[in-house]
Amino acid sequence: MTVATPRDLEPQLQQPLQPKGWLRYFSFSVDHKVIGLQYLVCGFFFYLVGGLLAGAIRTELATPLSDFMPRDTYNEVLTLHGTVMIFLWIVPVVNGAFGNYLIPFYVGARDMAFPRLNAVAFWMIPPAGFLLISSYFLAGAAAQSGWTAYPPLSLTTPAAGQVVWILSVLLLGGSSIFGAVNFIATVLKMRRPGLKMMQLPMYCWAMLGTSLLVVLSTPVLAGVLILLSFDIIAHTGFFNPTLGGNVVVYQHLFWFYSHPAVYIMVLPAFGLVSEILPVHARKPLFGYTTMVYSIMGIVFLGLIVWAHHMFTSGTPPWMRLFFTIATSFIAVPTGIKFFNWLATLWGGKIALNSAMLFSCGFILNFVFGGITGITLAQVPFDIHVHDTYYVVGHFHYIVYGGTVFVIFASLYHWYPKFTGRLLNEDLGRLHFLLTFIGFNLCFLPQHWLGLNGMPRRVAEYDPTFTTLNQVSSVGALLMAISTLPLLVNVVVTAFQGKRAGDNPWNALTAEWLTSSPPPVENWKGEAPLVTEPYGYGRAQEPKAPTLEAAR
Amino acid sequence: MRMARAVKIRAAITTALATASLGLTGFLVGTRVNLLPVDASTNAPTYDSLFKVLFSIGTMLFLGISIVLIYSLVRFRRNEGELADGPPLEGNLPLEIVWTAIPAVVILFVGIYSYDIYDRMGGMTPLDHGALHHQHAMDTPSHTMEAKSMEMPSERVWGGIGPAIDTGVASTSSASGAVLPVEVTAMQFAFIFHYPEADITSGELHVPLGQPVELRMKALDVIHAFWVPQFRLKQDVIPGQPTVLSFTATRPGTYPAICAELCGPYHGGMRTSVVVHEVDDYQTWLQQNRPAPSST
Repeated sequence: MTVATPRDLEPQLQQPLQPKGWLRYFSFSVDHKVIGLQYLVCGFFFYLVGGLLAGAIRTELATPLSDFMPRDTYNEVLTLHGTVMIFLWIVPVVNGAFGNYLIPFYVGARDMAFPRLNAVAFWMIPPAGFLLISSYFLAGAAAQSGWTAYPPLSLTTPAAGQVVWILSVLLLGGSSIFGAVNFIATVLKMRRPGLKMMQLPMYCWAMLGTSLLVVLSTPVLAGVLILLSFDIIAHTGFFNPTLGGNVVVYQHLFWFYSHPAVYIMVLPAFGLVSEILPVHARKPLFGYTTMVYSIMGIVFLGLIVWAHHMFTSGTPPWMRLFFTIATSFIAVPTGIKFFNWLATLWGGKIALNSAMLFSCGFILNFVFGGITGITLAQVPFDIHVHDTYYVVGHFHYIVYGGTVFVIFASLYHWYPKFTGRLLNEDLGRLHFLLTFIGFNLCFLPQHWLGLNGMPRRVAEYDPTFTTLNQVSSVGALLMAISTLPLLVNVVVTAFQGKRAGDNPWNALTAEWLTSSPPPVENWKGEAPLVTEPYGYGRAQEPKAPTLEAAR
Repeated sequence: MRMARAVKIRAAITTALATASLGLTGFLVGTRVNLLPVDASTNAPTYDSLFKVLFSIGTMLFLGISIVLIYSLVRFRRNEGELADGPPLEGNLPLEIVWTAIPAVVILFVGIYSYDIYDRMGGMTPLDHGALHHQHAMDTPSHTMEAKSMEMPSERVWGGIGPAIDTGVASTSSASGAVLPVEVTAMQFAFIFHYPEADITSGELHVPLGQPVELRMKALDVIHAFWVPQFRLKQDVIPGQPTVLSFTATRPGTYPAICAELCGPYHGGMRTSVVVHEVDDYQTWLQQNRPAPSST
């Protein structure tokens, strides 16, 4: 079986759709690497937007009184902050950006399975994002009911803003489904001949699992939001108690997507860390097979734990019990992954560079967030802390301390591949230090605040909580400042950074076996067959094809 | 051969000592460091014991993993210019089984323990005595009218925390063993408490020490949640779905009652007080607030 090049298949497609130079990043490009970087830059833009919104929240909370902005604006800000960070930054970047850039390399393909669908999926994001943000100006008011949009609150807040919010999330959900279909097809069907599933880099497995979750759960979110929009626009009564609707049903359907959404945000991060650690520790990934099984275990368990978000909602006792146990058991496959990463580091030759620092920061933060997660899974524990700052602290440890740390680690790791230049290590370490300190300063005190009586989503609070809230706000300020060395680094390096060469980390996975940045169809010659992506420490044995052989 | 054995024994002793000191640290931190507010209900000490167990286990796990991670970063750090790889270790099945089994056992223990706590809190108690009848009435249409007219006061309760079983403090031996019902109405942005027995309506919740209280909660507009941190209890108040929350106060004082579910612009201001009175003081409060007999 020979590998057909795209040129043979679609000679007429490639040429007109590929503008040259920087312009292609603003075009409907079908090149998976261009699309990956489009996702990354677009996501980072929305990270800054979401960060500004977070800054507004922490400014309001620096004093116990609601004195920085009007109260309904505050609710708009917290709604937008959550929605932007989840749907426009973390999900697109950790799936779309790195998935599109890396998966074709890892399976030995020249592009994704459906390149045009891929471009469509990306180009749904900027309009959806701008629609969401502009709802404040266009509709007169943005959504105010939190990113969860629980009815009846979402039925009683200004309707136009809520409908625009729904439209935007539907678009983003659609984009996510298109992307997931593409990843599943690419991993399962586009593998280079001779490459077996159990030889794939771990990120492929993580993306396969994540995409299964997206395909299984996102349609449920779309369905429930469409019903919610009927309630708002056509005054139906699905979730309107005065018309006989049931508000708790909304919560079930919403969390059927939105709990798996957590794994949609962290599983790809697990995959990326599994790529980064072996390279910088110069050791094979420990326990490949159990890592694969634990991903699939998390996917399965992730689908049957949603009601742990509803322990105080009036769910029957047996349901509370079932979801406590199912949720707790997610700790087992997750624990396996962390022990395997530690074992990967153990005895290695560890380079303490920015990519490694952020990866280790991820391990520390995520373990902490995971432990508080186990506590939250216990119904009696959760009944006290549900909807408090304890929960806010917990999930920021997961999605920021976990996933966003991994995004930064990945940026330092793959930037030389994207651009051919190495990011400055001193600025990188400064970035890590500021982020790590700022992050912990911001979110650690919130656990205590929640335990002692501060509910979430409030613009005002008991004055006894002032000091810790101010500590938290100072942490947020540090996090904002930490963005500066990153921005300077990324921009300056792009023009005058140290040349990286094709494989600066001496890594074995397929994306490093081509030039930096890679050519349009990834390899000049045939795609290399990488059967041992983690074959470190076997200098004498023949390992992956050498750089020269691959060209 | 003997050397290798000595090294092995030393490693085993080091591991055992490290594990023991880690366990001890976790236990001491978990039991000595208090992160919770004052406990003021029968439910709170039960909750706090669960908290201590989880805090101890969590501290052990977090410290253990952090120490291994930081030790690895220091001990196995690559020297400047070193190009060699680490050993090609790809896995170790017994080790994998160990770190799958240990968390599974810990999780199982925590799950069973927290189920026990939840049961003791009253979480598994059937919520309303009318519910079964009501359900039955729905099934047999011929009795519906009759059943409805009879069961009207006890509507279906959709969720909540029932009365705790055998708490010791609020047992039947106590003089004030009877349950004090209070109807709670939540609306944007206040809680209204109504005492059906005394026909008192109040913006604050006043309860006597040691008597079981049952809050029967309804929401008029959007979802709210009733939370008293010092009681370690919270229950959503849901429009269209009445819920209950049972507790017995154990410490006189004034505590915040907070809305914990985003309910609109003034959500942060939706809070009131729970006043726990000594039994005599409570009677005085009842007398003072009893509505004046209508003078028509």
